[in-house]
Amino acid sequence: MATSTTKALTGGGRRGPSPEPGGENAGRRRGALLHRLDLKGAPYAFVAPFFVVFAAFSFYPLLYTSWISLHRVELATLDVMEWVAFDNYVALWNDERFWNALMNTVTIGVISTVPQLLMALGLAHLLNYRMRGSLFFRVASLVPYATSVGAAALVFTMLFERDFGMINWMLGLVGVDPVNWEADKWPAQLAISTIVIWRWTGYNALLYLAAMQAVPAERYEAAAIDGASRWKQFTHVTVPGIRSTIVFTIVLSTIGATQLFGEPLIFGQGPNGVTGGADNQYQTLGLLLYEEGWKNYQMGRSATVAWAMFLLLVLVFVTQRLITRLRSRSPRTS
Amino acid sequence: MSTVHGSPRRRAVAVVAAAGALALVAGCGGGDESVTGGGKKDGKVTITMGMYGVMGFKETGLLEQYEKENPNVRIKAEVAGDEQTYYTALQTRLAGGKGLKDIQGIEIGRAKEIVDTQAAKFADFSDVKGTDHFLPWKQSQITTEDGKVLGLGTDIGPMAVCYRKDYFEKAGLPTDREEVAKLWEGDWSKYVEVGRTFKKDFKGGDVAYMDAASGLFNAMVYGYPEQYYNADGDLIYDKNPAVKQAWNLAADAAEDGLSAKLRQFQPGWDPGLANGTFATAVCPAWMLAHISEKAGEANKGKWDVAKAPKGANWGGSFFGVVDKSPVKEEAKKLVAWLTAPEQQAHIFKELGSVPSSQKALESPEVKSVKSEYFDNAPIGQIFGEAAQEIPDKQILGRKDGTIKDTFSQGLTLIEQQGTARDQAWKTTAERIEKAVG
Repeated sequence: MATSTTKALTGGGRRGPSPEPGGENAGRRRGALLHRLDLKGAPYAFVAPFFVVFAAFSFYPLLYTSWISLHRVELATLDVMEWVAFDNYVALWNDERFWNALMNTVTIGVISTVPQLLMALGLAHLLNYRMRGSLFFRVASLVPYATSVGAAALVFTMLFERDFGMINWMLGLVGVDPVNWEADKWPAQLAISTIVIWRWTGYNALLYLAAMQAVPAERYEAAAIDGASRWKQFTHVTVPGIRSTIVFTIVLSTIGATQLFGEPLIFGQGPNGVTGGADNQYQTLGLLLYEEGWKNYQMGRSATVAWAMFLLLVLVFVTQRLITRLRSRSPRTS
Repeated sequence: MSTVHGSPRRRAVAVVAAAGALALVAGCGGGDESVTGGGKKDGKVTITMGMYGVMGFKETGLLEQYEKENPNVRIKAEVAGDEQTYYTALQTRLAGGKGLKDIQGIEIGRAKEIVDTQAAKFADFSDVKGTDHFLPWKQSQITTEDGKVLGLGTDIGPMAVCYRKDYFEKAGLPTDREEVAKLWEGDWSKYVEVGRTFKKDFKGGDVAYMDAASGLFNAMVYGYPEQYYNADGDLIYDKNPAVKQAWNLAADAAEDGLSAKLRQFQPGWDPGLANGTFATAVCPAWMLAHISEKAGEANKGKWDVAKAPKGANWGGSFFGVVDKSPVKEEAKKLVAWLTAPEQQAHIFKELGSVPSSQKALESPEVKSVKSEYFDNAPIGQIFGEAAQEIPDKQILGRKDGTIKDTFSQGLTLIEQQGTARDQAWKTTAERIEKAVG
């Protein structure tokens, strides 16, 4: 009897509920239950910390933000919430500041991302050559990335200062009139992009460099034998070889550009930082969110901007997936 | 059996992991210690204070002095750099009821919002004796309609005009502070008129007459009892002739190229002071410390202070005590001491923040103060008199601070972006509507 029970328990434990009728040793039964719980439950327990933290600090805030965005709430009186349904969203849609901020986010994103990735590619190509002190150059190219946004933006703001900044001083040496970097739209966006480019080029270059070193040397040899120049080798061997890394950096830079906030905030300084210039000439979506929440103290409208940003990213992601799918399908059909 | 399962250790780890996850979430709930960090223990009283910028109490050693005179009191002061950051944090903490200090500084631009929306969270000072020494308008700004006094006044911001004597001389203008004051006596438009003369006659390079049009605008608006709101709390900035008049005069100055197109308190303004790119600045008393620091030793004696065309008040603060504070009475006592005439006079002598106490203003100690940096200008007398010219009633509004900043940006539009003044006014009005929600 005892042996048969043991068999049934150890065997049945893995398959699911044991059909054995009751009346057996209670201690063994508990052991079996624990065992089953262990097998089925342990994996969940192991991943629980991540998901609990995720739920508490990401998912719950996300949901609560959407709840707030349907209300009129002020920061000082967070407990007084007035239900307004989708009024905030309608108002945001009709608010020219939103479209202005969206356009600025796109233009600053393009001005900062495109040169940044191109320069990173070139830099990685150069670092990939065998040369003296390559380690030094590799570390040096990562230093801007390790600098805090605050420090970098502050220094650049001083460099771009109108009356006594170094850049206008240097322009003056070659006879160019001083540029009003903060007040004029395109100079301001260019200056902010410069900060972004300076900080992220080295980081992307190292990613590219790592990918380049994984490209087999045979391909270069074969290309050389075929008479391909250095440039042809770069465009026909290197770039296709690191394609997936390039896509990865584009995705990362796009997300980064959408959330651009610290650089323009510090660049503008004080009230102009919050509104992205007196004419909102470099206000990004991140700054608009901040202005609504921490200058106007309207948490409902601020949460609406946050959700609009989130939905935009989802939209970009879906579009990108669609395009990739269409592109991967078209060669097969043709 | 255990060998079959092979898992007691793994099981233990899993339990720990799950428990840890729960603890993380529970940790967010927080415990319930003293709301303010202050309290009484073994006969010792700890009082916490939240301040911003340079309010002067810590800087001039008054807190230490109080601790010395009251050995059982320990003061823990936290000073935030910038008021905007400080106030945002204060609002969040008032809403959440956590992280507050026993004593909280309140800037004048926020006073009305506190009075309107947070009165229940602050202690009442109306029963504190010996607090009748303030200027008549100061305490009324922090008093609710039903007579609850939420704080005591620290400093005020009476106005003067700071000017560069050497530049005035090069423009053929008088340099003596009495004569300079006569140039624009009684009317801000005369101040702008002097600017036109300055621009025409100044020989000696690229120097603007004033730093920013927004300084002039603020000085004018703050000279009226009604500014952006009326007594009923309605927004009247668009109907108030005083605001419109200030806007037009500031726009005139901007359009005529009288300003250096700087933004006050932002980078560019400081090097402007150091390199002398402008000849005058409308200066509330508390700005003197900033000017002398940023313009530096090299410009000592070149700056002077003259009486402003009209009296006005720009800035100033209060101290309130949080109602939930476990050391409420002790904190109120400390605030009453810090804002007493003697202490206010002390701060004026050390830092130049003008007392909000009438008694302190009248004391010979204050009246005799001179500023060495500003060519020995009798600032005690100048600002003391300017303080008496401040309108006896000043109606504050909930969003005064934000509206002021929005107007400054509107003037920047005219100065720097070349926007037409009507368009700039329209943009400003739209922004204000957004800001007041």
